[in-house]
Amino acid sequence: MKLFSSMIPQLTGMTAATVLGWVIGSPPAWADDAPRSEWSGYMAGELRLFPEAPLRGGQVVLYPALSAQGEYFRAWDQGHKQLRFTPFVRLDAQDHARSHVDLRELAVTHLDDANWEVSVGLRKLYWGVTESRHLVDILNQTDAVEGIDGEDKLGQPMLSAGFFQDWGTLNLYWMPYFRERTLPGWQGRPGYFYRVRQNEASYESPAQAWHQDFAVRYSHTVDMWDFSLSHFSGTAREPQLRSKTEASGALVLYPYYYQLEQTGLTVQATTDAWLWKFEGVTRHDLQGRSLAAVGGFEYTFVGILESDADLGLISEYMWEEQGNNSLSPFQNDLMVGGRVTLNDTQSTEFLAGAIADLESHALYLSVEASRRLGEQWKLSLDGWSNLNLKSSDPLYSRRRDSMLQLELARYF
Amino acid sequence: MRKTPRLFPRLLLGTLLLLPALGSPQAQAETSQEKGLRLVQEADKQDFGYVDLTAQLEMVLTNRQGDSSSRKIRIKMKEVADDGDMSLSVFDTPADVKGTVMLTHSHAVKPDDQWMFLPAVKRVKRIASRNKSGPFMGSEFAFEDLASQEVAKYTYNYLRDEVIDGRDSWVIERRPAYAYSGYTRQEVWLDKVRLQPNQVIYYDRKNDLLKTQTFSGYQQYLGRYWRPSLMLMVNHQTHKQTTLSWLDYRFKNGFSDREFHKDGMQRTR
Repeated sequence: MKLFSSMIPQLTGMTAATVLGWVIGSPPAWADDAPRSEWSGYMAGELRLFPEAPLRGGQVVLYPALSAQGEYFRAWDQGHKQLRFTPFVRLDAQDHARSHVDLRELAVTHLDDANWEVSVGLRKLYWGVTESRHLVDILNQTDAVEGIDGEDKLGQPMLSAGFFQDWGTLNLYWMPYFRERTLPGWQGRPGYFYRVRQNEASYESPAQAWHQDFAVRYSHTVDMWDFSLSHFSGTAREPQLRSKTEASGALVLYPYYYQLEQTGLTVQATTDAWLWKFEGVTRHDLQGRSLAAVGGFEYTFVGILESDADLGLISEYMWEEQGNNSLSPFQNDLMVGGRVTLNDTQSTEFLAGAIADLESHALYLSVEASRRLGEQWKLSLDGWSNLNLKSSDPLYSRRRDSMLQLELARYF
Repeated sequence: MRKTPRLFPRLLLGTLLLLPALGSPQAQAETSQEKGLRLVQEADKQDFGYVDLTAQLEMVLTNRQGDSSSRKIRIKMKEVADDGDMSLSVFDTPADVKGTVMLTHSHAVKPDDQWMFLPAVKRVKRIASRNKSGPFMGSEFAFEDLASQEVAKYTYNYLRDEVIDGRDSWVIERRPAYAYSGYTRQEVWLDKVRLQPNQVIYYDRKNDLLKTQTFSGYQQYLGRYWRPSLMLMVNHQTHKQTTLSWLDYRFKNGFSDREFHKDGMQRTR
């Protein structure tokens, strides 16, 4: 972290004159004049149940775990400066590889009245519009031991700048250090049939984790359309798991991080009740150049059965140009899902979804439900199951890893 | 979230210039529809020019059994020339939704644009505007009750003069002109002096009595703009109620448009 802290003084010393900007001459406009700081966060207990017999020894049926996240936020200098500090910790009673600490965020931002801003530190960002797959979202490494939907992310060290204009928003990112994906340990579920040597990662770039990654993104809104165009150049966040034979004769897996150039497009059209969503990428990686896309819709029925509840129907199609040679299992898959929001005092929600591989007929099912209890507590129930997996499927090692998870969290 | 409209449909600008003094007797043959519209336009004109504001909101939801729960929200609003207001709401409680931000660009007749920022996944989502009739955060306020009340969102009909809570008011019926409203019609008690509502009664899609909203604790800001400090919404069908307290109004903060932009939402706290 030394690297970043040494940059902060320069950053806070910046003035509008040092950076090109469109000075509109408005008074300081990030609201609060007095410095504001606050702590928030949660602590949660979680129980994961894998009812099916495990694939191999070492894996078990019950996985109790605890997690906690704090967030410190401070704004000062008439709201022109912001600091975010978001530590996270997970303790898993069975899978030691799942027990880990992360800085989701530790970043200082300067927001300038001249319509630009600059941030330095660890940040978490999200790019994208679709629900079933996040193709375009590429800056943050996935915290894969937290969940399998790719929504949990590790903080990414970066220096970033944003420029806001009438013609859209332009963001530039420099990411000097790469963070490896968290992977389950020998005891972990869903896991792999062979041991994964997580600390023996190999890189395509000789600079390894110090390969300098860059990204740029342009986004804009015109009437019912929200769109973005982005490009990323650097180390792919998703590893390829390669196998090798150790001196003992045992076959093991290790993550291989290849270089990637990826250009992404996201489009969403929003009408009264329909959301139309599309994400597409063209990329160049160790398999050459290829295209991938995901697109679909979400339609909401408001006030179903004369109640306050809303029902959202979601369907998306996922496609990979390389078909079964793709690094992704979602090469020709259809997702169908339903979201029920009760709109009650306790914010009760249900989400159920299925992803069907239209070629292999493999089926992935997932459910999520949550409800607030009182003012500070939240109860969540999640489950998933993979059905009908063929031995050629990249997810074959998860064929017995259906799961039910209950989590009780206390927010403060 | 202002109760007072401030959008002048262009075709009406001409007639506005010819407006007589407030409440003066009209040239004969003004219909009740014309009178209703005229009064609302006068109220709209009176409230125009507040530029922007911030306020702290506390919502207290009470169910039939008397159990209550609260939501704390900070709101920023900004006027837009020739269009509806922009508003940005940040949730402070309940704790599990803390940091959630809702951005609304309201329009007269075309649907409002709305985005939501979900802090847990750092995701900005544009949401469909159809759920106007749905409850806001489980309260007795629907989204449409809290939306910017532009003149063109309704058609009007003046009903009568009436004193309510000691305040001289015009009673005006209004019918939503926008799609997906949960209401057939509303009756608004518009204060003759403040030109702000003292009460609104809502009738559901079947034209049955649904809710009564009362406004109290009005204060005048900048020597011109009246704002309530308390709104009470009582649902006669479910017997639930929600109070909405407005505290710490501050006007003319000099907000830039950028603060009401979807790409700025992840920095709002």
